[in-house]
Amino acid sequence: MRTFGSPEFLFIVYALRWTLTLTVIAFIGGGIMGIVLALLRIARSRVLRAVTTFYMQVIQGLPLLVLLFLCYYAPSLVGLEIAALTAAAVALTINSSAFLGAIWESALRAIPKAQWESADALALTPYKTLRFVIAPQAIRLALPSTVGFLVQIIKQTSLASIIGFIEITRAGQLVSNATFEPLKAFLSVAALYFAVCFPLTQLSLWLERRTARGGART
Amino acid sequence: MSVVVAKNIHKSFGALQVLKGVSLTVEGGEVVALIGRSGSGKSTFLRCLNGLETIDAGEIEVAGHRMSSKPAELRKLRRDVGIVFQSYNLFPHLTAGENIMLAPVQVKGLSRKAARDEAQRCLSLVGLGDRFDAYPDMLSGGQQQRVAIARSLAMQPQVLLFDEVTSALDPELTGEVLAVIESLARDGMTMLLVTHEMGFARRVANRTIFMKDGVIHEEGPSAEFFSAPKTPELQAFLRSEVG
Ligand SMILES: Nc1ncnc2c1ncn2[C@@H]1O[C@H](COP(=O)(O)OP(=O)(O)OP(=O)(O)O)[C@@H](O)[C@H]1O
Ligand SMILES: [Mg+2]
Repeated sequence: MRTFGSPEFLFIVYALRWTLTLTVIAFIGGGIMGIVLALLRIARSRVLRAVTTFYMQVIQGLPLLVLLFLCYYAPSLVGLEIAALTAAAVALTINSSAFLGAIWESALRAIPKAQWESADALALTPYKTLRFVIAPQAIRLALPSTVGFLVQIIKQTSLASIIGFIEITRAGQLVSNATFEPLKAFLSVAALYFAVCFPLTQLSLWLERRTARGGART
Repeated sequence: MSVVVAKNIHKSFGALQVLKGVSLTVEGGEVVALIGRSGSGKSTFLRCLNGLETIDAGEIEVAGHRMSSKPAELRKLRRDVGIVFQSYNLFPHLTAGENIMLAPVQVKGLSRKAARDEAQRCLSLVGLGDRFDAYPDMLSGGQQQRVAIARSLAMQPQVLLFDEVTSALDPELTGEVLAVIESLARDGMTMLLVTHEMGFARRVANRTIFMKDGVIHEEGPSAEFFSAPKTPELQAFLRSEVG
């Protein structure tokens, strides 16, 4: 029987890199898919809108844990062995794509139609309009909620512990089981989450205040 | 040479027929004012001329370009037509100078240096030579509108369309914008302007057009148009505008 000491604490700290790895994958993967989704949704095509609405509604209506189980167990139906990291990364990416897509879609829609028209009237192509006129304004609008959602992703990675992936929550569990000191173990876990999330939450708040105050300027 | 040729333009929004056969020709160097009651279709007509609205029937040719539904063709036409809106519609994340440089660089392929010089020239033309680095929200409405005019000018259009560009401005700011338009008229710029400023139309426009019920109800050289309106409808409209 072990006591909770610095090796145990370091074990949890060490697992932080997996929490962060998972977060980065989900944020970048979900971000790329989210951008595509947001753009598809503001395109004029009805079909695209219907398809993307369906995708986003399904994902947003699904508990992340269920999505995680599906990603973990579904491949085995066709005889594929899938690593916990892969399953978790896929589930979190899919989940993030739907939410980031929604955040960015609403930011794009918040840019007045007159901005598109002015750019059109200046003979800019749709791509250049998006790139130089719409996106810079939309990004600024979406930044606070995007950082806010990044914090959500960090916390969501803890669900991966359930399929046995060793990120910090799972590490805390293991330490707790080995030491019978769950309080110390999970307080350490909590402190680490806080250390990572707090600065981001502050950043999000600061961005929000800046957006509210500064209009659309960069 | 005719810079704007519009023949028998029809346009409906759903069941609402807004334009019911509008025909208009604007010659190079001409200044034409467009007046009429709210909802008579003035803005819609102007927006048809650069393809911001699609027409249901009729023909449009601007600066030698036939109106086209093909995006690339439409952009060619738009390079030669400037439009200035009532609400300025500057890009708020760009400085005055950057607002003006954007299209010359991205559409015409000018170098940044050349575009910067051109932007500076256009800003000076509208009396804002010293506000290159100001963001739109640091400028008054009148100044923003002048930047919007400069932004259109920088594309060196063959015709400028103005849609009630002073309606959102306080009276004291209206004057500075009208002065810019008047100086453009003196320089021979071809312009078509929707306006509620009757005195300005009378003084600056060669010709004035009265729109009513989706058609051109009366038109004529501005001097006669205002001093001796022929139709009772125009007479009534002018009385209501003055009163
Ligand atoms: N996109 C649109 N969809 C539906 N109806 C429209 C649209 N744009 C304009 N209309 C309608 O068409 C009519 C003509 O509008 P338009 O803006 O051309 O009038 P206007 O002469 O410019 O009036 P104002 O002096 O108020 O600017 C109005 O009844 C307006 O409500
Ligand atoms: Mg109008």
